Amino acid sequence: MSAATNDMPVYDNRLAFAEELISLAAQDERIVAVCNDSVGSSNLVGFRDLYPDRLINVGIAEQDMVGIGAGLASSGLIPFVCGAAPFLTGRSLEQIKADVAYSQHNVILCGMSPGMAYGELGPTHHSVEDLSWLRALPGLDIVVPADRLQTRQAIRNAVADPRPTYIRVGRHKVPDVMADDATFERGRFRVLSQGSDVTIIATGTLVSRAIEAAAVLEAEGVSVRVLNASYVAPLDVEAIKAAARETKAIITAEEANTAGGLGSAVASLVSQLPADSRVPMRILGLTEFAPTGSTNYLLEYFGLTAEGIVRNAKEAIASV
Amino acid sequence: MLDTDVDGVAAWRRARAEYDSAGPEGKAAVIAERATQTRRSILTMINHAGLGHVGGDLSVTDILTTLFTGVMNIDPGNPTWAERDRFVLSKGHCAASLYSTLAHSGYFSPDELATFMQPMSALNGHPNRVKVPGVETNTGPLGHGLPVAVGQAIAAKLTGTGARVFVVLGDGEMQEGSNWEALMTGAHRQLDNLTMTVDRNRLQQGARTEDTNQLEPFADKLASFGWEVREIDGHDYEALINAYRPSSQGNPVAVLANTIKGKGVSFMEDRVEWHHKVPSAEQVELAMVELA
Repeated sequence: MSAATNDMPVYDNRLAFAEELISLAAQDERIVAVCNDSVGSSNLVGFRDLYPDRLINVGIAEQDMVGIGAGLASSGLIPFVCGAAPFLTGRSLEQIKADVAYSQHNVILCGMSPGMAYGELGPTHHSVEDLSWLRALPGLDIVVPADRLQTRQAIRNAVADPRPTYIRVGRHKVPDVMADDATFERGRFRVLSQGSDVTIIATGTLVSRAIEAAAVLEAEGVSVRVLNASYVAPLDVEAIKAAARETKAIITAEEANTAGGLGSAVASLVSQLPADSRVPMRILGLTEFAPTGSTNYLLEYFGLTAEGIVRNAKEAIASV
Repeated sequence: MLDTDVDGVAAWRRARAEYDSAGPEGKAAVIAERATQTRRSILTMINHAGLGHVGGDLSVTDILTTLFTGVMNIDPGNPTWAERDRFVLSKGHCAASLYSTLAHSGYFSPDELATFMQPMSALNGHPNRVKVPGVETNTGPLGHGLPVAVGQAIAAKLTGTGARVFVVLGDGEMQEGSNWEALMTGAHRQLDNLTMTVDRNRLQQGARTEDTNQLEPFADKLASFGWEVREIDGHDYEALINAYRPSSQGNPVAVLANTIKGKGVSFMEDRVEWHHKVPSAEQVELAMVELA
């Protein structure tokens, strides 16, 4: 029942990222890429071959990298600052705060291989704190594409309307979950199914697992609303209020720490609603540094599977 | 965002024209007069706010005044002009000196200086580009300005604007590792349009730099990183002007400006406690006599 057994083809979103960036760069000379020795892991080889002058590889120096991104943006360019998500966000957090969010420089921070994509390499290489850290910064959008299409849309949005933005660019392969013509709007969750018993709000790698969970629950007669939280910030307040008003429980699921991530954001809002529209919640995510294991192993370890979502949904509904 | 001060811009343009037409001594005299005006404003601001970093403000004033009065290709009446030279004050705690310099150049009215650090003022204790024209990036945490300036210098190269980038750092701030990352990048990319000035007053918040985490042999370190080092007296206007000539070796330039913390007020000079001590009304009066 885990997503690992899913029959659908799965994709590394970094490929869609690279293709889209190269395609847009051909039309817009303001687009530049900055990276920290991660030309390969950020999938920028093609970009470098086509636009060698517009690829700024600073070496292993993340603080320098983000500061340089701010300088480029302050001069009217659109820098895509790419690095493995744990180092991009952790090492240069103060640069993201002061030079990007507070300074309102239109830097597009691309956190490659987020979550537990580097499975066996361990917690030093996992980026499960990024949503918590960055959600505390006013003026910074946080985008978590769930598939290839949304990854492309996130890149296109960043160029069409540059603003300080963090995009999680997934490495752990996921199936396509969005319809080809699905729209992508700043600050809005995408509704994948309308339901009235329980709402599952999932982001990134957990969206396909939420869809699987919904299928299981629906087969058992439970009506499930599935929301794809493509934006963690700004948060889709209206969608959350509607879910609290119209369904009996809310489950959140993210490949991130539960302390301060998507689930915390939703819970913070729900807990402040009028008493008659508050609902029980279950917040699925990481609660400790991960043990050794592959990404799929660790997702199962933390219950970030369709089974885990189903079990928590049933418990939450039963508690009403 | 504060409004441009039209009269101030006109006054700045007159000063710039006078500077441009003067010989070396005349140029120095134009800067000297404006630097004194800036120092007086700094003391008034800090006394009024009851807060500030007066020692570093006074050590960096001659550097800022030289850049804004004579050196940089700017138009205070059009602070977002795409081809302007860029200025970054990495030692953002010396905001009073920057605000005073900007206000006396017409970026906004000098009347605003009275609001320094007051509730809801645009003039925060550290500069905010969203609110203050002439501020290019928000600084305050140390070790941030140089990487941003490197990015601006790369952008100027990519877009071919010919703009130069000037960044001013405190010497204590050179203990931050991020600066050494950026020094490597600046040299590696041969950013000859980038000039870093270190306000070398030899004091940091709590003690002398050399007693805290030594920088010497400082000039040698910067040179070994591939920068063209110009070590000067940071209160000698002719030396400053000369140090800001373009790069001659195709590398970024590091102006090592030896300065005196608290410069211009005898009882503050080279004394560690004046890092952020606030002068009393009586002390301000004494200081103003010295800065007449």
